[in-house]
Amino acid sequence: MRVKRGLAEMLKRGVIMDVVTAEHARIAEDAGAVAVMALERVPADIRRDGGVARMSPPEMIESIVGAVTIPVMAKARIGHFAEAQVLEALGVDYIDESEVLTPADEAHHIDKWQFTVPFVCGATNLGEALRRISEGAAMIRSKGEAGTGNIIEAVRHLRSITGDIRRITVADSAELYDWAKRLQAPVALVREIAEAGRLPVPLFCAGGVATPADASLVMQLGAEATFVGSGIFKSDNPAARAKAVVEATTNFDDPAILLKVSRGLGEAMPGLELGNLETRLAERGW
Amino acid sequence: MKVGVLALQGAAELHLAALRSIGAAAVPVRRPDELADVDRLILPGGESTTISMMLDANGLTGPLAERLAGGMSTLGTCAGLLLLASEVTDGRDDQHCFGALDISARRNAYGPQTESFEADLPIAALGPSPMTAVFIRSPIVERVGPEVEVLARLDGHPVLCRQGRAWGCTFHPELSGDLRLHRLFCEETA
Repeated sequence: MRVKRGLAEMLKRGVIMDVVTAEHARIAEDAGAVAVMALERVPADIRRDGGVARMSPPEMIESIVGAVTIPVMAKARIGHFAEAQVLEALGVDYIDESEVLTPADEAHHIDKWQFTVPFVCGATNLGEALRRISEGAAMIRSKGEAGTGNIIEAVRHLRSITGDIRRITVADSAELYDWAKRLQAPVALVREIAEAGRLPVPLFCAGGVATPADASLVMQLGAEATFVGSGIFKSDNPAARAKAVVEATTNFDDPAILLKVSRGLGEAMPGLELGNLETRLAERGW
Repeated sequence: MKVGVLALQGAAELHLAALRSIGAAAVPVRRPDELADVDRLILPGGESTTISMMLDANGLTGPLAERLAGGMSTLGTCAGLLLLASEVTDGRDDQHCFGALDISARRNAYGPQTESFEADLPIAALGPSPMTAVFIRSPIVERVGPEVEVLARLDGHPVLCRQGRAWGCTFHPELSGDLRLHRLFCEETA
């Protein structure tokens, strides 16, 4: 587990960018991304096109692995351990068991302890995060609402997770059993949180980041790094915006730098109101 | 004595925690004024390409080169070792290597994350019991110059070395909870 978590530690204060081509991957690396997420369609397009979203074809992932020197992640469907086996054999650096793809199992997530490759999983609250960690996830990210360019869901998820962590740190030993029951999570993990005041694995943000200020917001709310999906390559000037989001993540608590990097980026991706969505991706996962 | 940890990107927090638990005054470094204020510096693991670009973005490239040339005590771990090296292969052409350690290192030389590993590493300078060394997408040191002292090897490759006040290791001492290397680095007065 130390080796799996170790890579997540190395990605902290960094930006992981969704890319669909080798050219995108090079733009991401040129901008200072710490890793790329190889996928067939960015979430905004998955949302628009509909249909079943699956693991990307190996050739596509391999072309991205070949294009960059930074780590490459790829997505498997929730519960689809065979897709994960294929991705591990291919040699990706991290697997995202992701609600952005269509779930393959309506009750079970992947038993991630069976793998050498580390996994990141999404969570909307602390209970979900702890269930994923108990299944072997080495990194947790907020789900947010992918493909919307709307940060409100990521904020809700981060506040829910960090707020409950804070409340658990002041609970007495008897109350921890009740917390475990309410969170539907192992009491041993709840105790770990009570002692450490943090998740036992790194907590990153994903879902809805579209501007440098969005990245700063989620970092100030306790995220340790940021995933950006559609926000880069659905904007006017992906190269400039990618670099600005990277600088904003490194310097998230320095408003002068945030102001500087927020200038001259052109239009951000078009955003979506949550009330108008047909599919809530964040509701996938159990 | 104030020990800085370059905190632009990567595993800075764990180094800060390790330093504080051995009683060192440890501070993150992100700006030139913060660099000017520290006596020693740790360059942590992370993505060497990202850290290199953020050195430029935050105006630290020149000041860091000056401090290194001036002989500041510096420990580079993994990506940090690449910043101290005189040559990096399999990296990006534009990534900085400051040459404080006369070594050539191959970036991410073991392969993808599934090849990352832990090893019990005997390090004579740290005493008789081996150190649990965690290697995460680590570089391999392929050449060491005549001035470089190799303090530990794994499978024949140098994994901990120093040249004057510049120290570099290809593993992550901050991940194992073993504080001996941090202590040695803080106590040495070469």
